[in-house]
Amino acid sequence: MTDNILSYMTFFPLAGMIVVLLLPSKSHNLIRWASALFTVPPLLLGVWLYANFDRINPGLQFVEKIPWIPAYNIDYFVGVDGISISMVLLTALLSFLCIFASWGIDKGVKGYFALFLLLDTGMMGVFVALDFFLFYIFWELMLLPMYFLIGIWGGPRREYAAIKFFLYTLFGSVLMLLAILALYFTSEPHTFDMTRLIAQSGKYGVQPLAIWPFDQWGWGFQHVVWMALFIGFAIKIPAFPFHTWLPDAHVEAPTAISVILAGVLLKMGTYGILRVNFPMLPQATADLAYWFLGALGTFNIIYGALCAMAQKDLKKLVAYSSVSHMGYVMLGMASFTTQGINGAVLQMFNHGTITGMLFLLVGVIYDRAHHREIEGFGGIAAVMPVYTGVTAVAFFASMGLPGLSGFISEVLVLLGVWQKYPILAILGASGVILTAGYLLWTIQRIYLGPTNEKYKTLSEINGRELFTLIPLGIIVVILGVYPHAVLDLLRASLDQLNQAVIPHLS
Amino acid sequence: MDLNNFESLKFFYPEAILTGTILLLVVLDLILKFKRSLGYIAIVGCMLSLWATLELYGTLGGWLFHRMIVLDNFSLFFKVVSLLAAVLVVWMSLECRELQAVHQGEYYTLLLTAALGMFFMASSVNLLMAYLSLELVSLTSYVLTGSLPHNRRSSEAALKYLIYGGVASGSMIYGMSWIFGMTGSLDYAQISAALLEGGVHRLSLFMALVLILAGFGYKIVFVPFHMWSPDVYQGAPTPVTAFLSVASNAAGVAILIRFFFPAISRVAEGGDWLYVAGVEWPHFLLFVSMVTMTLGNLCALNQQNLKRMLAYSGIAHAGYLLMGLVVLNNDGLRAMLFYVVVYLIMNLGAFLVVVIVADATGREDIEGYRGLAWRGAAIPAVCMAIFLFSLTGLPPFAGFVGKFFLFAAVIKQGGVFVILAVVAILNSVISLYYYAGVVKTMFLDFPEAGDPKVEMGVNSSALLGFLSCLTVLLGLYWGPLAFYANQSLRFFMK
Repeated sequence: MTDNILSYMTFFPLAGMIVVLLLPSKSHNLIRWASALFTVPPLLLGVWLYANFDRINPGLQFVEKIPWIPAYNIDYFVGVDGISISMVLLTALLSFLCIFASWGIDKGVKGYFALFLLLDTGMMGVFVALDFFLFYIFWELMLLPMYFLIGIWGGPRREYAAIKFFLYTLFGSVLMLLAILALYFTSEPHTFDMTRLIAQSGKYGVQPLAIWPFDQWGWGFQHVVWMALFIGFAIKIPAFPFHTWLPDAHVEAPTAISVILAGVLLKMGTYGILRVNFPMLPQATADLAYWFLGALGTFNIIYGALCAMAQKDLKKLVAYSSVSHMGYVMLGMASFTTQGINGAVLQMFNHGTITGMLFLLVGVIYDRAHHREIEGFGGIAAVMPVYTGVTAVAFFASMGLPGLSGFISEVLVLLGVWQKYPILAILGASGVILTAGYLLWTIQRIYLGPTNEKYKTLSEINGRELFTLIPLGIIVVILGVYPHAVLDLLRASLDQLNQAVIPHLS
Repeated sequence: MDLNNFESLKFFYPEAILTGTILLLVVLDLILKFKRSLGYIAIVGCMLSLWATLELYGTLGGWLFHRMIVLDNFSLFFKVVSLLAAVLVVWMSLECRELQAVHQGEYYTLLLTAALGMFFMASSVNLLMAYLSLELVSLTSYVLTGSLPHNRRSSEAALKYLIYGGVASGSMIYGMSWIFGMTGSLDYAQISAALLEGGVHRLSLFMALVLILAGFGYKIVFVPFHMWSPDVYQGAPTPVTAFLSVASNAAGVAILIRFFFPAISRVAEGGDWLYVAGVEWPHFLLFVSMVTMTLGNLCALNQQNLKRMLAYSGIAHAGYLLMGLVVLNNDGLRAMLFYVVVYLIMNLGAFLVVVIVADATGREDIEGYRGLAWRGAAIPAVCMAIFLFSLTGLPPFAGFVGKFFLFAAVIKQGGVFVILAVVAILNSVISLYYYAGVVKTMFLDFPEAGDPKVEMGVNSSALLGFLSCLTVLLGLYWGPLAFYANQSLRFFMK
């Protein structure tokens, strides 16, 4: 069993989907419990994985490799290392919790949970796949359920949001497909195996291409492929100017799907850059890191924060705060320092838990008040004290208050960046102030002040909702005090990754 | 092997079985009261012919009937494709309400005759034979298109098809006469030899090729020979549309490859081909490919009628198919063969859903699919989503693998072809918008009061299940099909 642990984690939800499809569509509770049941094994296996993961070994672990289509050197090849382990754990956890966050869905229950489980398989697959072809299949497999989940169970403008999400992501992924093919045909023998592509990274040319405008910029094959891959990933992150699908998708998606979107899907962008761009195209990475990746990350931080400040819709505010926080990830990994890159991956994990909490909390208030206008509330703290307490934890964590997890990762990122690009570090740090600004202002408007008469009778947060929030809250606190619980998993692999790029820095 | 008429018969039994079935259908149509059984007889005949074709696959190739047609893996591959299309379309027609008004005996006879014509299209190695086979397919197609009695659209479509077809085949035979004038032969092998010898005027050869492309292009439906397709697709009975969209297209691809590769190009090392006499037709077709896919997709965006939309999507797919041709190597050709099969499966599937919905509701406009998933037709709706996403080229469906091979062939070639690849991926994104638009109507919109329920017959359900499973299966495990596409790239040339 332990040999195929990653396959079990990936395909348990798929088996769950088949079971759910076979259940009678009228028995809603049966379907819900069956779905929950099939997300438990991946979570338990995740715990086992966490306990047994070799923290010293920078290489791949729990590897499975089976030939799939031998004529084209395509394998079923999965494994984890420090880059992906935290994401695998996050996916297993959030999928499990989001089933419970979806309990309130009562329209087309069977379809919803079946698609959710399919989405779960797709997400897990992306993080464990080490064969580019397999990676691409999982990457696209995720799109279909997401489209339907937003489009059928979403809010009033769901159709627009769903197709926008779909078109943006497809555009990115077909560019990625071209880049994958270019790498495939450059490698010798032709292979989709990521580890072998990485081993041949020296082969990919850096001499400027004789094609306008690439010759003007001094770009070679590596740079062009890097850019094609980057656009594919940047749309998922989402980095400016490809971020406009995010607020729409988040606002319209049902709560649990927002959590998955922010918690897992956004990470795929930065994960892809770390997994593919960094080790496979180190020269281009080194050339483009500072003025492109780092600067774009910084811009994201400030731009996202400013946009968040201007929002009237609470969910949109959280969505833009994601744009801002993902900026730290990009900034951190562009620094090529131990602190920076570890901080970046830790930030990916922390953002998953914190933003997950935030979206769940927005869902709680929306279910009761049926709107999300920030100005429309006031004095909720007096009506729902427990809810307000949990919210405060999440908001402060998002703000980067010391003692909570967000602080550690942001500080690590800024520490790392300071050593290389002080200006970007200063600008990035100013984002923390902006974040504090919009979050505190939001707390003030919603939770403090005189109680709005309309909402005197709101019921307190219930047990099921607390059940989805408490585990995330505990993780946020633990990682705020003892970040090594996750950092230990990452360090060896990330150091190795840094070493791959550093020699190319000029 | 260069066989005379008598010796050839021994390698001719797939065609003979098919011809026998056609004659049997004509006779039985007079005798039998229960006309529906004619469909089953047609299926059995096609299956027998299919079995015979598969028996011949892999045997040593040769010229038959004094170098009129050729037997090689390539022609057998396309024979299998047209038989598969014929079987599936007959299967689809069994329960089609639209066809109740059509005279069953004639319908199946014509359908199989078209398939027989495609056999010859795939295997002719003589310009005259190529022309005749193309005309055989065209003539039967005109009648099939206009087979709905007292239906203005159907008649209009048939007439339009006839006029465009007449012009196209006229210019084709004119171009062929130029080739004959330049090379002194109608035989592909001798044309090839004469071209290699040189001395052919560059511009006149180019003109001849463009004129001949008019005939082939009208079968494959690429720009600017596409004008007939939306009207014909919309006007013809849906199973006929389905047949034309896949089988006619496939046969066109076969005749195109056969003419442009063994006859007009020269084999080089490592699976590459070279154009001869300095006529750079690949660059011309590169341009045609880009224009075709872009025009097809842009026109499809605004269509209200699903059959019309699929017509434009078919034009776009013809553009994708040409990507495999312009790179001038076996990778590209293999990708084309692969794509032809995949396209057959997914496009027939999409048309099958059109038939099912039209039978139940009488509607072919996209609005008529409103909330299909929520009014008792969840299975056809899900299958339709599979087919449409496969047509878009999303994994894990077969359409993705087909596009993947085409892109791979283009990217491998590099250089100017990368532009083609970029145009093609932008087109894929555009196409998602209208395919997803249909999916949106089926799933995201809700039915209104009075929208009829949709029910399927046993035959349709079985066929639908078969096609959708195949679409998914070939998306996940396509090794064997790729192997046969590769094996089928054997042209008998000497």
